Amino acid sequence: MAKLLYRLRYHLFVFFAVIGPGFITANVDNDSGGIYTYSAAGARYGYLPLWTLLPITLVLIITQEMCSRMGAVTGKGLSDLIREEFGLRITFLMMALLVFVNLTNVMAEFAGVASSLELFHISRYISVPLAAVGVWFLVVKGDYKSTEKVFLVGCTLYLTYIISGFLVKPDWKEAAIYSVKPVVMLEPGYIYMLIGMVGTTIAPWMQFYLQSAVVEKGISVKEYAASRVEVIVGCIFTDVVAFFIIVACAGAIYSVKPTDIQDASQAALGLKPFGQYAFLLFSAGLLNASVFAACILPLSTAYSVCEGLGFESGVNRRIREAPVFYFLYTSLIVVGAAVTLIPQFPLVTMILLSQVLNGMLLPFVLIPMVLLINKRDLMGEWINPRWFNLVTWASVVIIIGVSMAYVGGLIRGVH
Amino acid sequence: MAIHDIRGRRIGRVKDAALVPLVHSSRIDRYLVSGGDSWLTVRYDQIRSISLRDGIFLTDEHLTPYHDDEYMLRIARDLLDQQIIDVTGRKVVRVNDLTLEVRHDGARDTLTVVDVDVGIRSILRRVFQGVLPPTWIRWLQQPIAPNSIRWEFCNVIEPDPQRRLRLNISYQKLEQIHPADLADIVEELAPAEREAIFETIDSEVAAETLSEIDPKMQTQILEALEPEKAADIVEEMSPDEAADALSELEEQTSEEILHEMESEEKDDVQELLEFEEDTAGGLMNTEYVALDENSTVTDAMTALKENEELLEGLNTLFLVDAEERLTATVPLARLFVASGAERLKDLAAETLIQVTVEEHQNQVLELFDKYNLLTLPVVDDTGKLAGVITADDVISVLRQK
Repeated sequence: MAKLLYRLRYHLFVFFAVIGPGFITANVDNDSGGIYTYSAAGARYGYLPLWTLLPITLVLIITQEMCSRMGAVTGKGLSDLIREEFGLRITFLMMALLVFVNLTNVMAEFAGVASSLELFHISRYISVPLAAVGVWFLVVKGDYKSTEKVFLVGCTLYLTYIISGFLVKPDWKEAAIYSVKPVVMLEPGYIYMLIGMVGTTIAPWMQFYLQSAVVEKGISVKEYAASRVEVIVGCIFTDVVAFFIIVACAGAIYSVKPTDIQDASQAALGLKPFGQYAFLLFSAGLLNASVFAACILPLSTAYSVCEGLGFESGVNRRIREAPVFYFLYTSLIVVGAAVTLIPQFPLVTMILLSQVLNGMLLPFVLIPMVLLINKRDLMGEWINPRWFNLVTWASVVIIIGVSMAYVGGLIRGVH
Repeated sequence: MAIHDIRGRRIGRVKDAALVPLVHSSRIDRYLVSGGDSWLTVRYDQIRSISLRDGIFLTDEHLTPYHDDEYMLRIARDLLDQQIIDVTGRKVVRVNDLTLEVRHDGARDTLTVVDVDVGIRSILRRVFQGVLPPTWIRWLQQPIAPNSIRWEFCNVIEPDPQRRLRLNISYQKLEQIHPADLADIVEELAPAEREAIFETIDSEVAAETLSEIDPKMQTQILEALEPEKAADIVEEMSPDEAADALSELEEQTSEEILHEMESEEKDDVQELLEFEEDTAGGLMNTEYVALDENSTVTDAMTALKENEELLEGLNTLFLVDAEERLTATVPLARLFVASGAERLKDLAAETLIQVTVEEHQNQVLELFDKYNLLTLPVVDDTGKLAGVITADDVISVLRQK
């Protein structure tokens, strides 16, 4: 009995010890990009895009699982592995790409901060600089680890979408049908939205962030089973929230009149059933998500780049010891925040665009990942099962195909 | 770089070059040449001249086909882009580039590895070579100071013990680094590489390094090592740290390690393992010097000579009565200003501050703070001296909070 209790305690301990990386990544995944993309999808196309969520969830689980497995088995970050196996030039290209796409994501986060507070008539010229300085100090000088728990608690605000999803009395029959019935239209706007949904759910930065987090946490192959459960639960949670955001917006906005969301006040209608509190809830949830992601994104980018290119990194080092790291980290925040301050800057359009870029560039992260994880001298017995490879390659092909279809559509539209 | 045979005919390009560390630590010993569909190996003594502009000219026609030789450390495969340890800079760095030097040793030209480059300069060269004209690259590089490490101060990390032997890699250089710095280095490496280092360095250095490492990682390292090696390391740790480390392990593993330990150290550690972690008993260690209360300064000096291994951290002597009950403490410094015949009792501190083994650690912290202590004796229920808590134990507790 005592032994049994001991085992049980051990398992619980292990579970709590590894709760973190997968779950945090999943929550940061629903950042301002996530909220706006899903809202926009629901508001413009109603229930039609719901079918993408099942395959997206599958691919999300597979990619996240691959990253955490690579982290646990090799004890190295993704950019470390890319550098060691593919050499400097490819690493450099990948890192340049990552910095570019993550910069657009950082912009999206600050755009999220700006738009959430503009609902309450707080000028972005106040909110964004404050948020940028706050984030910088919190991560570099402050106690980020305990603040992270506050953010995680803040993520429970997503639950309001689930409630709202029921209260708007959506057409459940239609929602159920379109959840499994693929609707393919060659309309550029629709394709654009689909790429954005893929990009916001399976963002390139997440792969780097998750793997580093697993390594930093020191999760070993032995504890990895518990970690895998956490990753899967996290992914499902992300997409359940996504489902309800779409349903809520479909019920509250699309059913009245299909709309292209232009600003926060329109997106907040997804929480209409909360009446006068809708703005407040939407704004608080969006602000929390944006600041949370703004803490993680620049930091994770700077880490990945410095790891890959061999510069010293880490907030526990002094600025003089890790100049490149601090330069990158600071510039991402400064540039990301500054761009949103350009007068008349279209916040929501920018946010959606960043997610589409995520989607278009995702294959370039998936390809090295799937190549790495199949190297036996790296992974030993932990290489990919065949169906994982199949799914990953299939998604690479599909995403590239859809992206090209979109670009092709654009070009044809111009002529 | 092109390679030419005796008659000056071009036979191929150099694809990679390898050191054979067992023969020479820095001279390039083999050149791997792509000639047609397979690779050929050129030994260093088959070469007449090497020049950047014209390439390599050989003196011998008999080239052997390349096969993967475990004694070779290949530059492009095993060094470039990998992590190595910079022994003088005491950190882990990634190899961006290598500086080779052509040396003429009378009969032939040889290439020698001189520096390992780790800075931005070398990144620029490798990323843009062949993409931008060389003058542009040089212009870009100009404002950046070179950042390189002499080859002899580099330590290659190789997790596979067989290959480590064949490549003549040892970690003796690392033993010179301060254990706290070595701990920082080790924390940056991947698990397999960490174990490689702990497997090979001296147990005493390993023990000191391990004490400086984060507890969670400590556990992983001990679990990964062979129980005998782990036991060797744990024996060298101070008993309280050893007990802390072992108590974090899974029961089976810690049993295995204890089983492999020498009996004396094992007893010390096992005694300490009995106590709850957050009590005085869990904090204390058993490395102290206790004397009979009637001893003189001369006796104390003799006792200190006999316990030379404890001297580094010692600052208090303990006096006990015939039943080994603690009666007084003597600050070590007082011995220097006393004559040999003086009795220790007369040098003792005025108040005796002590705790029992069950005392909660918060109480211990409070006493340290209140009385500005460096050491605090711990006694069992009968007043017998059981161990001592030192300031460094207290600092560890505070750091963990």
